[in-house]
Amino acid sequence: MSVLVYAEQNEGVCRKPAFEAVTFARHTADLLGTNCIALTIGNPSNASELGSYGATEVRNISLGWSHFDNLVYAKAIADMAGEVNANVVVLGHSGQGRALAGRLAIRLQAGLVSAVNSLPELVENLIVRKSVYSGKAIASVMVKSPRSVFTIQGNSIPPAKKGTPVEVVEANVTLEESQIKVQTLASESGAISLPDAELVVSGGRGFKGPENWGILEELAEALGAATACSRPVADSGWRPHHEHVGQTGVAIRPNLYIAIGISGAIQHLGGVNNSKTIVVINKDPEAPFFKAADYGVVGDLFEVVPRLTEAVKKHKSG
Amino acid sequence: MKLLVCISKTPDTTAKISFINDNTTFNTEGVQYIMNPYDEWYALVKALEIKEKAGGTVTLIHVGPKNNETIIRKGLAIGADDAIRIDKDPVDSLDVATQIANAVQDENYDIIFTGKETIEFNNSEVGSMLSELLQLPFVSYATKMDVQDNLARLTRDAGGHEEQVEVTLPILVSASKGLAEQRIPNMRGIMMAKSKALKVVEPVSVESRSEIIAFETPELRSSCTLVDPENMDELVRLLHEEAKVI
Ligand SMILES: Cc1cc2nc3c(=O)[nH]c(=O)nc-3n(C[C@H](O)[C@H](O)[C@H](O)COP(=O)(O)OP(=O)(O)OC[C@H]3O[C@@H](n4cnc5c(N)ncnc54)[C@H](O)[C@@H]3O)c2cc1C
Ligand SMILES: Nc1ncnc2c1ncn2[C@@H]1O[C@H](COP(=O)(O)O)[C@@H](O)[C@H]1O
Repeated sequence: MSVLVYAEQNEGVCRKPAFEAVTFARHTADLLGTNCIALTIGNPSNASELGSYGATEVRNISLGWSHFDNLVYAKAIADMAGEVNANVVVLGHSGQGRALAGRLAIRLQAGLVSAVNSLPELVENLIVRKSVYSGKAIASVMVKSPRSVFTIQGNSIPPAKKGTPVEVVEANVTLEESQIKVQTLASESGAISLPDAELVVSGGRGFKGPENWGILEELAEALGAATACSRPVADSGWRPHHEHVGQTGVAIRPNLYIAIGISGAIQHLGGVNNSKTIVVINKDPEAPFFKAADYGVVGDLFEVVPRLTEAVKKHKSG
Repeated sequence: MKLLVCISKTPDTTAKISFINDNTTFNTEGVQYIMNPYDEWYALVKALEIKEKAGGTVTLIHVGPKNNETIIRKGLAIGADDAIRIDKDPVDSLDVATQIANAVQDENYDIIFTGKETIEFNNSEVGSMLSELLQLPFVSYATKMDVQDNLARLTRDAGGHEEQVEVTLPILVSASKGLAEQRIPNMRGIMMAKSKALKVVEPVSVESRSEIIAFETPELRSSCTLVDPENMDELVRLLHEEAKVI
């Protein structure tokens, strides 16, 4: 018996989602009184660091080719799960994790719970929690089968150090040839990826047009935040589609969400209401978003935002 | 080209969410359901576009009780040719995927579409499970797609960047925003939908491997602290000292 965690890499490095998944996996392994084994694919440079978050072993599958193919990866991870006799497999709830999790659940005949946002409890079976109905409720889900697969919602389980770096061992599993051809398009490296961001500054129709986004970008830069927008803003082509947050866009849960010139429609809230702290800047004191906010500023965004940027800069330099 | 689109239902985005039976059951009373936007706006319309170019048929499939036929009829009104309903209120994603796989495994569809996720649960589970059950390549979160003979070229959202994927049919694709433009059914479509074939299939038995044991409604935020718009230093102080997020 063991817990296997697939520690995904991004541009050659394991990042926060991997450490969050390992933290969850280690906690699960402790509950079950078993080992936590991390698997990497393609030699991420900091794989041994996974040991510092509780992996007792790290195994790596070297890649002959470099792209992600969920069919090939799922088979390799399932083979690995067989080899280490894993009864729990943990992945991040990332694009890769989601594409793999269903396949793994079928292959391993495991119960699948995705987008888990709490550490597990053990009451005869494993019980985890997840956010449902667009953030309007939380469900406790119990796995009923002997094996389980979990994907871990980003920014919900803080990575916790436990243990020391371990040596990376080459796994006894190989990847099959991929039948799909993949080419990476313009990667926006440098920009902070929205689903992983801890701080997010978001703009709505209150900005009046794309030419006014400069003040939002300056605030985001001062904070080191990612930028987001409401759906009509993306639909009108003011901002790229991947910035659209909400029920039909990206669902995020950063530590800080600053909503500027966004009314707070229920479909928008559905994707952001799990943020730890919400600040709303709107000139209309009746805007529904204030009901979901921790801090509110009633005022004209064109005056308030530059002022906030100055205050942030002052704070950072002081 | 034989195309299949999996459609699910989801509560209307403004629906009030509440629970009954000691917080173990979703209260459906008064809740209006709509077709999952990813299925309706992107998956179905992309399938129609491919059919319009290459010829063929677009079939809808839905796992759900008879009440849900309004959603299927809407899909037919938008332009699908026919539909299959598997007569079961599914208990989880495994149930949905197994029912669909069982119903279509001998049908040799060239492309099967799902939506990126059902917006009420944000699971994104069915597509991955179904592709494994049918042993098909699975391109998730497609934002662009073009088919030439039996080769599909897609753009997929790989979290932070996009990738271009080339793959030979048959495949399973999950549709993300951008894949197509929403179509509104017109009067003619609505009339024609009434006479299109809707086949009802009996479910197979599936053993569930997970179960929701309780729901909670998250605590509401303590009331909003208003900050003077002239005094943004105060907001920064609160975010730093009180909320501890910067
Ligand atoms: C099925 C469905 C799914 C949807 N999914 C999403 C989704 O995922 N995400 C999403 O965002 N929306 C979604 N919507 C749309 C949603 O219902 C709202 O229409 C949308 O969120 C409104 O965007 P907004 O707040 O930017 O614009 P508006 O509602 O027009 O609000 C603009 C706000 O800016 C304020 N404002 C104007 N000028 C200023 C100024 N100078 N200074 C300060 N404040 C100012 C106004 O007071 C107002 O509150 C969905 C709708 C449907 C039906
Ligand atoms: N009951 C259902 N019947 C048919 N297709 C479904 C059903 N539930 C989910 N799907 C499909 O699976 C996709 C992803 O759903 P989910 O895994 O629930 O997030 C949806 O967009 C639909 O295409």
